[in-house]
Amino acid sequence: MLTLERVHAGYGATTILHEVSLAVGTGEVVTIIGANGAGKTTTLRTIAGLVRPTAGSITFEGQDVTGLTGHQMVDRGVTLIPEGRQLFPEMTVRENLLMGAYRRAARERQGETLDEVLALFPRVRERLDQNAGSLSGGEQQMVAIARGMMARPKLLMFDEPSLGLAPIVVAQVFEVVDRIVKTGATVLIVEQNVFHTLKVADRGYVLENGEIVLTDAAAALLDNDHVRRAYLGI
Amino acid sequence: MDVFLQVLANGIMLGGLFAIVSVGLTLIFGIVKVVNFAHGEFLMIGMYLTYLAVTGLGMHPFAALILVVPVLFLMGALTQRLLIQPLLAAGDHHIQIFATVGLSTALINLALLVFGADIANTPPHGLRMPVEIGPVRVLVGQVVILGVAAALVGALQLFLARTRTGRAIRAVAQNRAAAELMGIDVDRLYALTFGIGAACVGTAAVLIAPLYPTSPNSGTYFVLIAFVVVVLGGLGSIRGAFAGAILIGLIDSFTGFYVSSDMREVAVFGVFLAILILRPSGLFGRQLRQSHVSP
Repeated sequence: MLTLERVHAGYGATTILHEVSLAVGTGEVVTIIGANGAGKTTTLRTIAGLVRPTAGSITFEGQDVTGLTGHQMVDRGVTLIPEGRQLFPEMTVRENLLMGAYRRAARERQGETLDEVLALFPRVRERLDQNAGSLSGGEQQMVAIARGMMARPKLLMFDEPSLGLAPIVVAQVFEVVDRIVKTGATVLIVEQNVFHTLKVADRGYVLENGEIVLTDAAAALLDNDHVRRAYLGI
Repeated sequence: MDVFLQVLANGIMLGGLFAIVSVGLTLIFGIVKVVNFAHGEFLMIGMYLTYLAVTGLGMHPFAALILVVPVLFLMGALTQRLLIQPLLAAGDHHIQIFATVGLSTALINLALLVFGADIANTPPHGLRMPVEIGPVRVLVGQVVILGVAAALVGALQLFLARTRTGRAIRAVAQNRAAAELMGIDVDRLYALTFGIGAACVGTAAVLIAPLYPTSPNSGTYFVLIAFVVVVLGGLGSIRGAFAGAILIGLIDSFTGFYVSSDMREVAVFGVFLAILILRPSGLFGRQLRQSHVSP
């Protein structure tokens, strides 16, 4: 579904990604593992069209999408649930969700999608008319995920969904991610809790200093010595 | 008592005038986060266009709206696209200030070149006729301005609160990065917002031209007050700008009558400075760091 071929990208004069090649197949759950500053977020932002690759190519569903803008990528079916939730704080939860279905294709089915998404997030339904900024961190993360799903994406990308949340809330977030994975969605996920994510994922890539140094099936990565030492602390 | 009511009415009418000039400025600031120092020159150009439409084409001043509003919308949208947007990418807000100040100066001098320094008086078509409301007497044109200012504020609020595009505009103001992730074409909405803001001041220009003389410097006076109003109301708050405008109008009117007409601007700017020191987020604004347009 998604292929990155020797992609270089960065901000201004700083190149962060060097020759990153990766692929996500339809229905696959793929994770990117790496230390802070390794370039995980930049990888996701590049795929989402928020950062322009300076070299290399990105293919989505067989079409070259290199250099497309963020809204063009949303139209293609790529949605990123960003790190730090990034809700619209002065808008109600309902308005936030509707913004998720902003593009035409999603908007035409927004009523139907809203019902589907709310079935997955009963807590969000209770908060529909509250301002998003007044919710707790965990609730905000749920809204952020629900908002991402409102776009009916073909590829859903998560950037650190559990970051900054209390342990009990982290468990709830993982539960939601697991449920989304079980629906057969195609997912690319970056998550600090490497152990849990590798259990859910099919495959993983290890990103170090902007380069892919290792890729394997998720189960194999769980057993890999380097991964265990560097990222699982075992 | 009648004198008091008359001074009160004058203040409210003046407030309506300040409000209609300020609405577009606060909208642009709240969304695009750009202080448009050329706002007064947009007004001045709108007034000249009204003058030309009325004297050249024999239009009624109000009919000039169909000409002036679209032209100003286009001016605003193009200013955003061609001047501000390339600078937004540069990321330095000071540069945008210099750019709009430069645009302001350029437009004043362009007007001097085209229209000369002479004052242009737009035929009032009855808008300077007095109308008596109870014990007070105001001008027809002033009542129209107040009414249109209130209607414009109401319409903008409805637009921002209820329409899909309005929601998207608020989303961009609250979190630009997230808005991009929703698939919102941020650059397009910035241009649209700048255009709407300029169209608002175009509306103001059409209504003001029959009441005030037009010259290349016409915008300078109004825009100075507009900045006071926008800060007073809370940067980016449309309702706040309206309330702030009425307040400034009242201060101006009461100081002018009960103290001295020379003291009017001292009082207005004294209040402005006091607000900046005591309540920098404005009378009706929330925290400055979260500048946004509240519906």
